[in-house]
Amino acid sequence: MTDDAPAIARAVGTGARTTPGDSPVGQPVKFYQVGSFAAGNRLLDEAHRSVQSTLGRTNSLTSGHRACQGCGEALGARYALDAAMRAAQGRMAVVNATGCLEVFSTPYPETSWQIPWLHSLFGNAPAVATGVAAAYRAKGRDDVRVVGQAGDGGTVDIGFGCLSGMFERNDDVLFICYDNEAYMNTGVQRSGATPPGARTATTEAIGREPGNPFGQGKDMPRLAMAHQIPYVATATVAELHDLEAKVEKAMSLRGARYIHLFVPCPLGWGSAPHDTIRLARLVKECGLFPVFEAEHGEVTSVSKIRRQVPVEDYLRLQTRYRHLFGSSEPGGSEGRPDIVERIQRIADANIRRLGLLDETLDEGPPPDGSGGGLSDRAAAGVL
Amino acid sequence: MLRQIEGSRAVAEVVSMCRPEVVCAYPISPQTHIIEAVGRKVKSGELAPCEFINVESEFAAMSVSIGASAAGARAYTATASQGLLFMIEAVFNAAGLGLPIVMTLANRAIGAPINIWNDHSDAMAVRDSGWVQLFAETNQDAADLHIQAFRLAEEVSLPVMVCMDGYVLTHAVERVDLPGQQEVDSFLPPYVPRQVLDPSEPVSIGAMVGPEAFEEVRYLAHVRQLQALELIPEVAGEFAEHFGRPAGGFVRPYRTEGAETIVVAMGSVLGTIKDTVDALREKGTAVGVLGITSFRPFPGAALRDGLAGAKRVVVVEKAFSIGFGGVLSTDVAMALTGLSIPVSTVVAGLGGRPIMGKSLAAVFVDADHGRLGELTFLDLRKDLIDKELARMADRRRSGPTAENVLRDAQSVLPSLT
Repeated sequence: MTDDAPAIARAVGTGARTTPGDSPVGQPVKFYQVGSFAAGNRLLDEAHRSVQSTLGRTNSLTSGHRACQGCGEALGARYALDAAMRAAQGRMAVVNATGCLEVFSTPYPETSWQIPWLHSLFGNAPAVATGVAAAYRAKGRDDVRVVGQAGDGGTVDIGFGCLSGMFERNDDVLFICYDNEAYMNTGVQRSGATPPGARTATTEAIGREPGNPFGQGKDMPRLAMAHQIPYVATATVAELHDLEAKVEKAMSLRGARYIHLFVPCPLGWGSAPHDTIRLARLVKECGLFPVFEAEHGEVTSVSKIRRQVPVEDYLRLQTRYRHLFGSSEPGGSEGRPDIVERIQRIADANIRRLGLLDETLDEGPPPDGSGGGLSDRAAAGVL
Repeated sequence: MLRQIEGSRAVAEVVSMCRPEVVCAYPISPQTHIIEAVGRKVKSGELAPCEFINVESEFAAMSVSIGASAAGARAYTATASQGLLFMIEAVFNAAGLGLPIVMTLANRAIGAPINIWNDHSDAMAVRDSGWVQLFAETNQDAADLHIQAFRLAEEVSLPVMVCMDGYVLTHAVERVDLPGQQEVDSFLPPYVPRQVLDPSEPVSIGAMVGPEAFEEVRYLAHVRQLQALELIPEVAGEFAEHFGRPAGGFVRPYRTEGAETIVVAMGSVLGTIKDTVDALREKGTAVGVLGITSFRPFPGAALRDGLAGAKRVVVVEKAFSIGFGGVLSTDVAMALTGLSIPVSTVVAGLGGRPIMGKSLAAVFVDADHGRLGELTFLDLRKDLIDKELARMADRRRSGPTAENVLRDAQSVLPSLT
């Protein structure tokens, strides 16, 4: 390793492409859409522009990978990691759990990663990241930062033990969960992050309670907060400036940090690829996915809902919820307005508990008397 | 320096002298004393720079080691039994990624029924993982093998497991000649990785490989084991020259000259076997011993050379493949292909059952007289087996086997000892 930081920043900033065993080959940053607000608001004044809008961005996850059209995870990963790379001044390594992101980015012998990247197993990314951070510390290279990342399965289910251990020890790792609410890489099976009512391949839309049951699932951001780690934040790919700011904030701190990023999955959700950003916006605006920050176990800021929308607006764009809505065809089903109503109550509870709408701020504790879940998953458990 | 020291402490002393940079700890008997002692050295500052990490599971212990090794640090951990099984996915992964992690395996039985005592079932369960597996006969061996393990691991980019019998070695206090720090430093150069997570030269490690190249990547792992096969005697030779005592290598013959029956075994049981052979030799029985130090890579040629003069081979092993028979003896038989030397398997010492010289002598004499069967379970209590089989034949709901047998062993029948 060298201590030549500017050289490193230059090398990665110009888009060094690496293949396992090969030396980096430069690939220039390209902006495909000109004169629009795409690629991070390049028409804004410089201070307000995103990392993505700068030629100096790393392109950590560069073009040519095999993500589906409209993949929220690919978008989120690029924004998050480029922001982290800027904060780390180009000195960073990433540990990736098994999953879509790992598979679509590294079909042998190609790789889309232009940063040091390690994939070990499905359930151990947080522990591997701990090991990488420990190695840098032992070698006196505290300047090299470590990011671990996984999908929701690799975070809330199979990787949960290792993640909890990493949090509890307050290891110097930023862990990012790209939450698309099911096991997409294996063909859309239910995870502990699948919301109630959603159809997956293992929670089919059949029977008296079609889709994923109510009263299950993990509220991962709140579980992270319970570890009293320095920083926990949620974000969506609809608010990429916000995501970049949260990554930057996380990188300004040491110890265990957690970002839970909501990333729509057109394939698994049965949504149109062009609706990825729209869905990410709607999930927040309806109250199902609260966007907030917490430090040392306390919520420090919430992102208010600008205009509350009914959950139906969000649900109707996804075929995983199709069974909830009636068919207009003769003899078609009547749908399940009762289930839609239950989901709406989850969103309302989230809004109430976190004060996501200004007018709800002064309301008392929720009528059910529970301490207050932070997301739809926690709320689902008490409704 | 000669010291009267517990096996675990001796290993901890030597491992510390190898200057590991990241050490993971998760407690499981009988490995605990090793990792506790290394932890003390880190906390006191005696071993520095070193990150000592108390992880939440063995799976994490191996995973942290993987991350540390991939980032260029010398990584060490220790485990046993269920712990090894709990980390098994990461054990295979470490080898697949070619990361030179060194791990002590304090050999212990695998449940159910849960049992904390020594046998080799744990090591055998990961024999196909791609790790180099070295077996210590004594605590001196255990100490010396660790120094060689780091050398071997880092030269061929493969993880190395040093297997030492739980309790029999880990908790035995005996004389061990411990080297000095300078001696170790001049034998073991700093770790220079083949692949490393380095921001100045980014690489992707752990990419997905499909059918177009997987077999080749796997074959290359085999090639690295074959390279280790070349390197093991070299490192052992250098070690002997450097430290003034032999250690490591493939196999160790004992009184094999003129032996018609040669007993093959691994680990601390070799001591009892050698004593037994000495006694039998006194009586004129032509028995010898061949101890195996390197189980993976398997030294087939060395074994063939060492056994070629025998009329028959008896493999004493502390593990077996349920539904088949011997594990080590299968490998030994393969090494003897075409020599028409019959190989008998003697399964002994499971779950810490004492292996008595008297029992071994009887088996070796049987072998010498050509009346030892293919598969023998040493000191197996037929009375207990028959009683449980009868119970099962008698009624459908015969209850949990382990509890039944234990009750019979303790209350109905005379105890083993």
